[in-house]
Amino acid sequence: MKRYVIIGNGIAAAGCIEGIRSTDGGGSITVVSAEKRGVYCRPLISYYLEGKTDLSRMGYRPDDFYEKNGCAVLWGRTAVKLDPVSRTVTLDDGAAVEYDALCVAAGSAPFVPGFEGLDTVEKKFSFMTLDDALALEKAVDKSSRVLIVGAGLIGLKCAEGIAGRSGSVTVCDLADRVLSSILDAECAGIMQRRLEEHGISFLLGDSAVRFDGGRAYMKSGAVVDFDVLVLAVGVRANSSLVKDAGGETGRGITVDEYMRTSLPGVFAAGDCAEGMDISAGQRRVLAILPGAYMQGHAAGVNMAGGSRVYDKGIPMNSIGFFGLHAMTAGSYEGDVYEERTGDSVKRLFTKDDLLKGFILIGRDERAGIYTSLIREKTPLSSIDFEALKKAATTAAFSPEIRRKKFGGAV
Amino acid sequence: MKRVYVNEEWCLGCHLCEYNCAFANSGLSDMALALKGRPIYPRIRVEEGEKISYAVSCRHCEDPICVKSCIAGALSKEDGVIRIDSDRCVGCFTCVLVCPYGALAPGETGVMQKCELCLQNASGEPACVKGCPNNAIVYEERGAAL
Ligand SMILES: Cc1cc2nc3c(=O)[nH]c(=O)nc-3n(C[C@H](O)[C@H](O)[C@H](O)COP(=O)(O)OP(=O)(O)OC[C@H]3O[C@@H](n4cnc5c(N)ncnc54)[C@H](O)[C@@H]3O)c2cc1C
Ligand code: SF4
Ligand code: SF4
Repeated sequence: MKRYVIIGNGIAAAGCIEGIRSTDGGGSITVVSAEKRGVYCRPLISYYLEGKTDLSRMGYRPDDFYEKNGCAVLWGRTAVKLDPVSRTVTLDDGAAVEYDALCVAAGSAPFVPGFEGLDTVEKKFSFMTLDDALALEKAVDKSSRVLIVGAGLIGLKCAEGIAGRSGSVTVCDLADRVLSSILDAECAGIMQRRLEEHGISFLLGDSAVRFDGGRAYMKSGAVVDFDVLVLAVGVRANSSLVKDAGGETGRGITVDEYMRTSLPGVFAAGDCAEGMDISAGQRRVLAILPGAYMQGHAAGVNMAGGSRVYDKGIPMNSIGFFGLHAMTAGSYEGDVYEERTGDSVKRLFTKDDLLKGFILIGRDERAGIYTSLIREKTPLSSIDFEALKKAATTAAFSPEIRRKKFGGAV
Repeated sequence: MKRVYVNEEWCLGCHLCEYNCAFANSGLSDMALALKGRPIYPRIRVEEGEKISYAVSCRHCEDPICVKSCIAGALSKEDGVIRIDSDRCVGCFTCVLVCPYGALAPGETGVMQKCELCLQNASGEPACVKGCPNNAIVYEERGAAL
């Protein structure tokens, strides 16, 4: 009987469990779970604060998930060392767990720069876990002034979630725009305006350099007084277990399309892994939930002796604030097709007869049709791209492709 | 498993399937009451090209990327049918971003809707198929297209 061990208990771990069980009903699965809760929908923590969901609806899988899949979960335990020679994982309580196949699904950790005086701040939080959200919920009331450092996806989702519960929300970021990793200045401006209309203030191109209790001293010389501080500067992949064991790492744990690391018998998946971004043709940590699930699932199948490649990884995000949604995918390179009206933007990027990426803001469009062109690397000369540019429709595909897509089971 | 398939050659582009879908999923027993003078939110859509038209609804994929991508665990596969739990959906559009067929769209309240083959509503079998005047949509068992 094969012994499977999974480090971490997030989305990638859930995918891994389901991948293993799709292939091997018998082997033992041990899950090392630093968090003391069953897998939950991490992206929902801001929706929880906003009152759009509640704890009873945040579980990613039913309560009997581990039992049904024959998993032993080591709650509240952290893996601290990996020995690829003896194939053992050492836990924080000193216990050693042996494996035949291991998946590192340890996600990422908030990156906290060494701000001067940070230790003098009484109420400070990250925004990564459900425990963070529950703690914030307690710390914030209608009189609280909240300062969020970081205008990326996590910082802004936090701002949206907390806006209705607090007195004021200010977001600062060293970048000159919000969501700088996925949006250009113009698109970022549209999203920022929507957030501002809902009472959120911004200090961009500026960041805190020093804290003194409830006061932040900014790089620009400005001073911001606050009651609650949220640090959402960025995240770092939890890759140290593999790195310390001599495995290859970059910004995350290096994996191939089978989710294998450079260490024999060791796989990695999710936010801790650096796999191929096929839209850019280079390795990237693609810290998104769909990627975590699909990588985890592929890893699980392969750990159990099956064969499953995950070779369609691209960055893709759907992020909305107060009803305005931005959908982005792929890489923004090549020629641009653009449509613009008011708060809506459509930009498609094409190069070498391929759709490489897109930005869609405030558009009621079936974006998945575009995303699939990027993922499948569909030659644009094989479809009516002129029609497809204007509206995402499958009618732009050739009769042959349509017959394949619609003529039988897919 | 039985799925909904279209015959492009037979489709008249009359959009009746969209109305039948919206009605079947309205929970009402009077069609005029359900549809007249209101925007409708069908889960099937007639696609129109230069010389063709055909109706598209969820393919109930064997390997559904929407289920794997949903950030709220709202999409699931039950006996081959891809279902959505509207109590869980938070309207994030991630599924819209990934579905290659454009088969999910927000309904009246902002949460996503998709075809569930009318298995849970009063129709009991796809209302789009039942009402198509030209047999341009069928409900049957097929293997993969070659
Ligand atoms: C606020 C917020 C909003 C987000 N919104 C979206 C969104 O809208 N769309 C989207 O696609 N993605 C979103 N994401 C990203 C998404 O949540 C992640 O990509 C996804 O959760 C990654 O899953 P994972 O399993 O790789 O890692 P995680 O979910 O981070 O799980 C890893 C787990 O491993 C545990 N762990 C770490 N080290 C160890 C160890 N040594 N031993 C034992 N356990 C360990 C951690 O405690 C953690 O529970 C969001 C993230 C956040 C924080
Ligand atoms: S919604 Fe789209 S991806 Fe999901 S099963 Fe239906 S066709 Fe497939
Ligand atoms: S819009 Fe709803 S069903 Fe679609 S991915 Fe988001 S939560 Fe899931």
